[in-house]
Amino acid sequence: MYVAVKGGERAIENAHAWLAEERRGDPAVAELSVAQIREQLSLAVNRVMAEGSLYDPDLAALAIKQARGDLIEAIFLIRAYRTTLPRFGASNPVDTAAMACDRRISATFKDLPGGQVLGPTFDYTHRLLDFKLAADGDVPAAPTRETDAAPVPHVTDFLNREGLIEDAPADDTPPPDLTREPLETPADRALRLQALTRADEGFTLSMAYSTQRGYARNHAFVGELRIGAVPVEMEIPELGFAVEIGEITLTECETVNQFKGSKTEPPQFTRGYGLVFGQTERKAISMALVDRALRWEELGEDFEGAPAQDAEFVLYHADNIQATGFLEHIKLPHYVDFQSELELVRKLRREATAAQVQEAAE
Amino acid sequence: MDAHALEGGFADPARDAAHAFRAIMNAMARPGTLHDITGATPPAPLSPAAGAALLTLCDTDTPLYLAGDADCPAVRDWVAFHTGAPLTGPSHCMFALGRWEALGPLSTYPVGTPDYPDRSATLIVEMDALTDTGARLTGPGIRDAAALSLPGIDAFCANAARFPLGLDFLFTSGAQLAALPRSTHVEAA
Amino acid sequence: MKDTADPNAGRKAWMSLLAKAPEGRVAALLEAMGPRPAHGWLRAPEIGSTMVRGRAGGTGAPFNLGEMTVTRCALRLEGGAVGHAYIQGRRKADAEAAALVDALMQTDAAAEVQAGVLDVLEAEASARRATRAAKAAATKVDFFTMVRGDD
Repeated sequence: MYVAVKGGERAIENAHAWLAEERRGDPAVAELSVAQIREQLSLAVNRVMAEGSLYDPDLAALAIKQARGDLIEAIFLIRAYRTTLPRFGASNPVDTAAMACDRRISATFKDLPGGQVLGPTFDYTHRLLDFKLAADGDVPAAPTRETDAAPVPHVTDFLNREGLIEDAPADDTPPPDLTREPLETPADRALRLQALTRADEGFTLSMAYSTQRGYARNHAFVGELRIGAVPVEMEIPELGFAVEIGEITLTECETVNQFKGSKTEPPQFTRGYGLVFGQTERKAISMALVDRALRWEELGEDFEGAPAQDAEFVLYHADNIQATGFLEHIKLPHYVDFQSELELVRKLRREATAAQVQEAAE
Repeated sequence: MDAHALEGGFADPARDAAHAFRAIMNAMARPGTLHDITGATPPAPLSPAAGAALLTLCDTDTPLYLAGDADCPAVRDWVAFHTGAPLTGPSHCMFALGRWEALGPLSTYPVGTPDYPDRSATLIVEMDALTDTGARLTGPGIRDAAALSLPGIDAFCANAARFPLGLDFLFTSGAQLAALPRSTHVEAA
Repeated sequence: MKDTADPNAGRKAWMSLLAKAPEGRVAALLEAMGPRPAHGWLRAPEIGSTMVRGRAGGTGAPFNLGEMTVTRCALRLEGGAVGHAYIQGRRKADAEAAALVDALMQTDAAAEVQAGVLDVLEAEASARRATRAAKAAATKVDFFTMVRGDD
């Protein structure tokens, strides 16, 4: 029997009104502006842009405000908004070698061209709560130093010169796009990288950590981590040439991993790659480790049965909007489904009881 | 790019595209019926109806094949500015535009896959005239039977026989449009 | 790679500056130069997105990184010059100002617009870049050897 029911409209409206009030919090406390979130919670904004897969700091800040700071809810809002935008085209691939670096470090080479530039990092802080921040206060201007205009080449470039690391030769195959065609496996590396760059940070971190702990261990070093601004250039059909349409901040991580070699080729280092919108260091490093683990097949390694090597497992569980959508839907009414289960279990119990009675009688 | 290529788009894109989309949707839903579709003034040899269909249906994600005399610099530039649709050959297109003789053979177009029958091409066929006489149409969206001045019979019969795979057709002439989805059964009158 | 012989190099450079200018800045500089020229729309300002691509390993095969918001428009001055704008973000008024500058740069007003708008934008952009680079430079590590032993 199927019973359609209707109702709850007033309850829903009232719940939304209360949600708005709770979001605002105590009206005696000043309201947060979108600009304050954009400027002062910028790493949250960056995460929402990266996983929302849309670079627009103002929109990400608005989404965080609307979502009461629930970043996955904010990402959901951005993903939904993104689908309403007409797409004008695709950019030329960004040139990360030309990045204006805020930060650029290498864990493999101490003295490298361009130097170790720490940038605005938490790395050497003591992780002690700073109670001064509980009171308002001006921050002194950051010190400056004269710059040398020397280029900042990729670390892999000079390993490459000696043939010590696998090459990543340029190629202009148009990449597949999982926002246009459903993700299917086997997925080539371009598709995996797209899925990973918008993947949930927590999931990607855990997968990466699992490789470090021994599940498909690949001995990663951070060859280079760089954060900074790159221009975005797009071909404009009506002009017949490409122009820069803006500038975005990216985090790029290149890992240098253990060797591959064969009877014909001497051993050389292999690479994992992470590139993520915004200042998103943990995510970019995680992405590079997981990218490397997923490359086992093309690098001629064994499948060890590790989760991080299983492209289907990683790619189909990495998206937090898909995951939360499916997870959270089970709290919505399933009255009819449950009714049928209820009837089934009652029937099974009746049969079991009847069987026991019969057995006792025999 | 010639300045004329930058003209002739929808004056009020959101509304004009919505009206044009409704005309196309109704034409597909009621095979054999004629609909007015206006708002575009594309360069020759395109009809205003074909121009409006392109502006409504095509964008950077829809590879377009321009067949025969439709493949000229004026049309290419106009399509580039107003839709951004990448131009391609028949085997990779989502939309194709041209006169019936120029569009063939139909076997080169994608007809979809059993998993994704929607990954198929829609052909916009430019006609000298369009009338509700000629081939007899029956099937979904048609009460008893409808008639349409199709440029042939056999090709459309063969196409319908592949259902759920197959091609869909829009026919344009002047400011008028009709449609023939793959679900329609076609026979000689 | 910048090709110095590129006939479009000038226009590429100014369109790039206009795309990256802070919100409202191009309009303010244009306003300071006097009344705006009359124009008609070829494409009214429209908000959309561009799919940003990267390359695997920084140099390899391209992949889709995610989209960015973009506003574009095209207009024509009464004299016939056509201006285009493609700028980052959701900024219709800024796109209009950028397209006006692009169109004016193809007219007799080019020198005046270059000095009044583009040179100013360039100076401001390079000052912003320099400030950031100087802060980064201050966090560059100077290694020095404390002990070098042989035993």
